[in-house]
Amino acid sequence: MSKLDVKNVNFYYGDFHALKNIDMQVEEKNVVAFIGPSGCGKSTFLRLLNRMNDLIPGARLTGEIRIDGENIYDRSVRIDNLRKNVGMVFQRPNPFPKSIFENVAYGLRVNGIKDKDFIESRVEETLRGAALWDEVKDKLKKSAFALSGGQQQRLCIARAMAVSPSILLMDEPASALDPISTGKVEELICDLSNKTTIIIVTHNMQQAARVSSKTAFFYMGELIEFNDTKRLFTNPEKQTTQNYITGRFG
Amino acid sequence: MQRFSPRAPQPATTMNTPQYPSAYASKKKRTEQIVFFLFRLLSGAVALSLLGILGFIIVKGFSVLSWDFLTLPPTDGMTSGGILPAIVGTLCLMAGSACFAFPIGIMSGIYMNEYARKGKLVRFIRMMTNNLAGIPSIVFGLFGMALFVNYLSFGDSILAGSLTLGLLALPIVIRTTEEALKDIPDAYREGSLALGATKAQTIWHVILPMAMPRVITGLILSLGRVSGETAPILFTCAAYFLPKLPESLFDQCMALPYHLYVVSTSGTDLEAQQPIAYGTALVLIIIVLLINLLANSLRKYFSNKIKTK
Ligand SMILES: Nc1ncnc2c1ncn2[C@@H]1O[C@H](COP(=O)(O)OP(=O)(O)OP(=O)(O)O)[C@@H](O)[C@H]1O
Ligand SMILES: [Mg+2]
Repeated sequence: MSKLDVKNVNFYYGDFHALKNIDMQVEEKNVVAFIGPSGCGKSTFLRLLNRMNDLIPGARLTGEIRIDGENIYDRSVRIDNLRKNVGMVFQRPNPFPKSIFENVAYGLRVNGIKDKDFIESRVEETLRGAALWDEVKDKLKKSAFALSGGQQQRLCIARAMAVSPSILLMDEPASALDPISTGKVEELICDLSNKTTIIIVTHNMQQAARVSSKTAFFYMGELIEFNDTKRLFTNPEKQTTQNYITGRFG
Repeated sequence: MQRFSPRAPQPATTMNTPQYPSAYASKKKRTEQIVFFLFRLLSGAVALSLLGILGFIIVKGFSVLSWDFLTLPPTDGMTSGGILPAIVGTLCLMAGSACFAFPIGIMSGIYMNEYARKGKLVRFIRMMTNNLAGIPSIVFGLFGMALFVNYLSFGDSILAGSLTLGLLALPIVIRTTEEALKDIPDAYREGSLALGATKAQTIWHVILPMAMPRVITGLILSLGRVSGETAPILFTCAAYFLPKLPESLFDQCMALPYHLYVVSTSGTDLEAQQPIAYGTALVLIIIVLLINLLANSLRKYFSNKIKTK
């Protein structure tokens, strides 16, 4: 059974057909990159996987999305549990206006964990996991807003990892960061892939090549090609993919 | 048209700035100076007239202020004595209307911005709230009398007065709460929901604390309005002369703005009552200032909490 199994998904924003007949299977603990031109539906698809698009009025989905075999759009699914299992990191770092500690602890608290010692150890563990501990361990009570953009983004990754999701969705997580912070985030992605399935949207093809084992190329709402990263970048099956990755587009 | 690499390097812009003719630069500077001078003059005028009003009341009212003035009821046909019942009455009315308008107003604001679908109904409710805020307060008084005093038979009472004043405060509270929430970027809502928080948790733990400083501003604005209104309590609560302090929600009470009106326009000896009127006005102003100070420190407290907690 695949970790993620997408069958014949169509998605509409009102009348606009944003995703067309998407089929995709992702195995556990893979890093999958989504690439494609702006507006092709990468974010839309990513946000279907934790039902973030539920918030959009007039949006409509057909088809099936299964995670660990369970259709996440089934009536019986509790959205908060789903989102706890499928974490998300956004394009712009969006730490809460709380302390560094409370940012990481937030996910635990809202999921009903009260044990102080457990929260403390979990916060430290995830901050270490996000390679942020050494930078913030002396100012855990300080506002998260006082961190740099790159640190904030790693904090957001730690925040997402604190609730132990089995899938982590990342929507251009490094696009607002400088090269050094980007490097750190990429390292982090490689580390995290030991225990988590990661899906990352990126406009940076080198980045996709560096971090992912499989890559999906979207174009105008369609999944054109989904292949091993190496294969897709060196020897793509489709002409459109070829055109896109070589920068000749049309 | 496809734009598939939004971070493509931009062509470098020329680094040397063009030289403007110096006559142009000095003209620009002069215009700027004149405009700034005008702004400063106008703000100065506004500040001065405010100070003028305040100074006038203080000068006229200060001599009457005394411990007795604050702690005794009016005596001798309101020509001497104090204004304690009016102070207590106004505080009761403020507290009563706050108890009514704050929770309902904040909850409505949250509902309108966070829960309700952005459809016709919400637009209609919003329009009605705006209209409500524009209705003259005497109309509220009339409505309060019809509904609370007569129909619900609360009689002329603190309860009826508080509810009427609360109705007056409600649109202010709803509007400012809604505006404050609307300004919180969705990124924070999504960030919280993405961690498995429910909508209520998201609002309670992330959104509301962020909006709190501005919500409080709204609450204070509404309290300021409530404390100074005469018309809404005229037919619902206010007593002309009632030296006894109120003992229950169903008692009538005196109130500062109404007392001010009474001692300046009617009574046995207008001449002798005049200083009392200014004293009453001063006390009213001091109460409003105190509330504003309290609100400011509350607002600071919440802003700091947002930054550090
Ligand atoms: N809330 C929305 N309502 C209506 N249309 C939307 C909405 N969000 C996105 N779209 C449309 O859906 C299409 C796909 O958008 P999406 O954000 O998924 O693109 P993307 O591949 O993530 O692009 P980018 O690389 O620029 O982030 C676009 O044409 C966009 O205009
Ligand atoms: Mg996107």
